[in-house]
Amino acid sequence: MKTFGGPVLFLDRADINTDEIIPAKYLTEITKQDLKPYMLEDLKLDGFDPKGEKTLNARVVVSRENFGCGSSREHAPWVFEVNNITVVVAESFARIFRQNMFNCGMAAIELPKPDLDQIFSHAQDADASMSIDIEAQTLTMTGGGKQKSFSFELSPFDKALVLAGGWVDYADTKY
Amino acid sequence: MGKTTAEKIFAAHLVDEPFSGTKVLKLDVVLCHEITTPIAIDDLIARGKDRVFDPSRIKAVIDHVTPSKDSKTATQAKILRDWARRHDIKDFFDVGANGVCHALFPEKGFIRPGNTVIMGDSHTCTHGAFGAFAAGVGTTDLEVGILKGVCAFREPKSIRVNVNGQLPKGVYAKDVILTIIGKIGVNGATDRVIEFRGSTIDAMTMESRMTLCNMAIEAGGTSGICMPDMTTVEYLWPFIQGEFASKEAALADYLQWASDADATYEQTIEIDAATLVPVATFNYKPDQVKAVTEFTDNRVDQIYLGSCTNGRLEDLRIAAQILKGKKLAENVRGILSPATPKIYRDAMNEGLIDIFLDAGFCVTNSTCGACLGMSNGVLADGEVCASTTNRNFNGRMGKGGMVHLMSPATAAATAIEGKIADPRKYL
Repeated sequence: MKTFGGPVLFLDRADINTDEIIPAKYLTEITKQDLKPYMLEDLKLDGFDPKGEKTLNARVVVSRENFGCGSSREHAPWVFEVNNITVVVAESFARIFRQNMFNCGMAAIELPKPDLDQIFSHAQDADASMSIDIEAQTLTMTGGGKQKSFSFELSPFDKALVLAGGWVDYADTKY
Repeated sequence: MGKTTAEKIFAAHLVDEPFSGTKVLKLDVVLCHEITTPIAIDDLIARGKDRVFDPSRIKAVIDHVTPSKDSKTATQAKILRDWARRHDIKDFFDVGANGVCHALFPEKGFIRPGNTVIMGDSHTCTHGAFGAFAAGVGTTDLEVGILKGVCAFREPKSIRVNVNGQLPKGVYAKDVILTIIGKIGVNGATDRVIEFRGSTIDAMTMESRMTLCNMAIEAGGTSGICMPDMTTVEYLWPFIQGEFASKEAALADYLQWASDADATYEQTIEIDAATLVPVATFNYKPDQVKAVTEFTDNRVDQIYLGSCTNGRLEDLRIAAQILKGKKLAENVRGILSPATPKIYRDAMNEGLIDIFLDAGFCVTNSTCGACLGMSNGVLADGEVCASTTNRNFNGRMGKGGMVHLMSPATAAATAIEGKIADPRKYL
């Protein structure tokens, strides 16, 4: 199983698509590691710096509705993975992106808007950090001297994929 | 209780239900292209599992960047090509025979009613036009599909969209689907199948139905689905005539996949075709749609005709009808990529290519290229493209570029005027 949690990158916008996460012109790379410098390069979000310290140090992404819509490119989860981001927390996900995350043994966690609003209240905290317990299905947000835990739903299948380290290993033993 | 097409296909292909809500399906067809497949191939090799579940059920094409533009794309093509040869995948389409996957594979008759289809490409939903369940997936799902011939899904609920009546002049399938996406939003059908029904759809060609289903993903849909009917049978007949005694027999067989009259839907949306008008997108999301008459002086730098959405013969005929004897507006460049070599040849034989060339268009080979900003018509920063493709995301056709999605007719009218224009005055 991968490790989850750490500094949070807040992307306060709905409908962030996979072209923004990793532009198509980089899909000619053959190794996942080669994608690393291009994460979120075309993200349309005021004040966002793809090369900023907050972006490069992040271990968790927090966003809004319909995260990962558009192209099926698994390069989107991969570019997060090679930048050590293994969790995305959002109000909702596009189907293919969500499945790609779990298929890679990473976590796409949905939270209701009121919970996300509380998490986003830490957006300006320099020490904003999240810990995630996949087994217990809880996450804890820390920042600005405050701390709060939230529980989340995870389908049993998606959880099994995270615990198995991904779909290829899971399917190979079963089918 | 009656079942929808998707429910019937799920029931007939169920291999396993490891957990409640997760269904592992047997796959009839696994489609591959050179952008998302090579990493799956390399991973299978690294795992010591360089195998395919059934070479006759795997179809592969080099289409996104072709002919290769540089060493990296040449390497991607080579990995796919070598793999197809190594595993004796007969239906592999290389330079000279290749075209945009979601136009080429249907044209070859590979997709049949009741099929389960995956591809590492979000526009795989296109193939639902044949009464199939066709879903875009990532590389890992593709890899398991190649190795095991299965894929796991949450069983999608169905949204039924009824479109009834005759489409007004200048309104096409593209306007219908953009209007629907504008209505339900870019996540209006997430984890859902969109079933397109009604007399307007019944009257549509397979090409138009593919245009509709192609953009189901732009509303988040897992698959678009149209009901199999005699139009489906006629399209497939050259490929299925050995399997059935008559077209009627084929239809009778295919109708087993049609949704039952008492099937249940999560939501039903009614659209009166008579109320539809030519539309285009503004801004950077495919649900940001308005009537072309609401655009004023939206100048464009480039016209793009092509893609898995609107690069088929019917689309070229519509655009050519408007462009005949006309020229591209000053300071506007036009690019046409017929979606397959067959479409290219048919268009040439009908004299359509001459019309585009006379108008000043550049006619390229069949490729996805410009639609996703990879080759053959990438935009520069600040440039605007009127495009018959499917996505207007920020940077989609080139960093800093802006895309307006529209029908081939609207794109042709826009080509003449150099700004977003109403096609109806040219028809």
